[in-house]
Amino acid sequence: MKDIRLMKGNEAIAEGVIRAGCDGYFGYPITPQSEVLEYLMATKTKERTGMITLQAESEIASIHMVYGGAACGKRVMTSSSSPGISLMQEGISFMAGTELPCLLLNVVRGGPGLGTIQPSQSDYFQAVKGGGHGDYKMIVLAPASVQEMYDFAKLGFELAFKHRIQVMVLSDGAIGQMMEKVELDEQIQRLTDAEIKQKYPWATTGKTPDRERNIITSLDLNPVKQEIININLQKKFKHIEQTEVRFERIMCDDAEYLFVAYGSSARICQKAVLLGRERGIKVGLLRPITLFPYPSKELAKLAKQVKGMLSVEMSAGQMVEDVRLSVNGAVPVEHYGRLGGIMPAPDEVLNVLENKFIRLSVNTPRLCLGIKKIL
Amino acid sequence: MNYIPTREEIIADHDNVVYERTCLLTDNPLSYCPGCGHGTAHRLIMEVVEEMNLQADTIGVAPVGCSVLAYDFMNIDMQQAAHGRAPAVATGIKRLMPDKFVFTYQGDGDLAAIGTGETLHACNRGENITIFFVNNGIYGMTGGQMAPTTLPNMKTATSPYGRDVETMGYPLKITELIAMLPGTYFVSRQSVHTPANVRKAKKAIEKAIQYQKLNKGLCFVEIVSNCNSGWKMTPEQSNKWMEENMFPYYPLGDIKVPKEK
Ligand SMILES: Cc1ncc(C[n+]2csc(CCOP(=O)(O)OP(=O)(O)O)c2C)c(N)n1
Ligand code: SF4
Ligand SMILES: [Mg+2]
Repeated sequence: MKDIRLMKGNEAIAEGVIRAGCDGYFGYPITPQSEVLEYLMATKTKERTGMITLQAESEIASIHMVYGGAACGKRVMTSSSSPGISLMQEGISFMAGTELPCLLLNVVRGGPGLGTIQPSQSDYFQAVKGGGHGDYKMIVLAPASVQEMYDFAKLGFELAFKHRIQVMVLSDGAIGQMMEKVELDEQIQRLTDAEIKQKYPWATTGKTPDRERNIITSLDLNPVKQEIININLQKKFKHIEQTEVRFERIMCDDAEYLFVAYGSSARICQKAVLLGRERGIKVGLLRPITLFPYPSKELAKLAKQVKGMLSVEMSAGQMVEDVRLSVNGAVPVEHYGRLGGIMPAPDEVLNVLENKFIRLSVNTPRLCLGIKKIL
Repeated sequence: MNYIPTREEIIADHDNVVYERTCLLTDNPLSYCPGCGHGTAHRLIMEVVEEMNLQADTIGVAPVGCSVLAYDFMNIDMQQAAHGRAPAVATGIKRLMPDKFVFTYQGDGDLAAIGTGETLHACNRGENITIFFVNNGIYGMTGGQMAPTTLPNMKTATSPYGRDVETMGYPLKITELIAMLPGTYFVSRQSVHTPANVRKAKKAIEKAIQYQKLNKGLCFVEIVSNCNSGWKMTPEQSNKWMEENMFPYYPLGDIKVPKEK
């Protein structure tokens, strides 16, 4: 029988990591994601699977605890929301430099600064373009449902260890807090120390006579060697771009206009697509699931088919830059966003699409003036 | 007639060896300035790890500071931590590998300035790790700037007229602070600038490693050391200056010892 439960997004990912065989969670409370740590504590992970759950003194400490655990070949993670993720950038950069696998969750809230505790998508640049110092990328997964919050725990760890890379689940306050039904799967056993030693020969598990000592460091003072390290990192990111792109096409086959949106915004646009179809507008939605690697090729293909694309984000226009890079001028690309924790409504985004592309194209620009221009 | 071996033969005969370098130090030439205490501290720690037969069970954490390359010299599995974060990194290791001997090796800038939070909280949680703290009262690696441990009126690159405690704060006795926390089990302050001090320091290091097995809390060994380059002195002058100025402020000896049962 299927194990189906009604859960919050934050609880779903917490349950997901336990079942994905996670070894350790280190985190610090912050709204709107504190339920992750609370759920893990309440469910007694140590007794359930042997997984360690520890409340750290800060997000800085959390990410460096993750570093220490990951360097031992363990499946470790942390979660936070925007201000906390900013604090973690040092540690994330060190993990990029040492190619350590880990799972990171950002349940994004509006910024800058303390901002708000309401949902937002304004950390796209930080997540996708490399928020810390140095040339690096993380794999970024964007869940649009509570089920995906759950599923991306397992997928995230798989990708992290497959490529020795940091995987960030870029969620938002709405996906984290809302409740939906979730289908759970079987518990995956945690790896034993012996299995880790065998599977991950790079891990610091204690130097035994059968191998050289293992060193986890991001330092090389020789610029020639450091350049080679960087070039190899870039090769890895290229490979990931070629092999790990994920997206969902919703009513794209006959679409003349396209929404491009991820996470909560994609849910809103999905509704707007149905609304548009009722109004006789052939509109579709491309939902990137991986934000890095970005579904650029798919968008380039769709650019040959549609008359216009509207990137809908709860930000002042971050992902829209990647949409524009993908289509490279082949089709008009516009942005619509709400800021500071406000979520747009489906008819609102549909009206924007109509105004930006359709009413303009039948040469009635005056209609535009009646629309409150927000951004 | 008995054969009398040459001097070279006597030296080459392993039975005559009274002391040799531990095999847990690599052959890489130390990157430290001649006369610096870091090298001696490395050797002592590795000697004890070897004598306790812990090589396969040890995971060390190197800091940011002159000893950032400790992993080049210590023949064990090691991780390099961001500046000040070594106690958090060690926490992550030890929580997930509770049977390993886990230690950090940190300078005073690393441990008592940028990493104060990580240090105090690891101590306060009673993490079963060992911290080796090399206090030379200065930022050696970056060229001799003021550290939290710099003595009053001491001249450094960023306190060129001497540390004015009114505006620059007081030297931080972090080891005394740490000893007050219930999470620490053994806290000791030593030096390695004379053979007698080396022997005492080695004893403290042995205890700090042995005690980790008891899972009773954090063990902490400070080594007050010289930075002859940063202090702009010869090695000899620096050791004398250390005795006259550092030791009165940072007195040597055990600060917290386990209660005998
Ligand atoms: C985040 C960060 N800030 C600053 C530095 C520069 N830095 C490198 S070592 C160091 C001071 C180290 O001093 P200490 O810990 O006393 O070690 P020592 O070299 O004296 O042994 C500083 C400030 C850095 N590497 N990272
Ligand atoms: S700068 Fe100071 S601490 Fe660093 S190696 Fe030289 S003497 Fe030692
Ligand atoms: Mg120092």
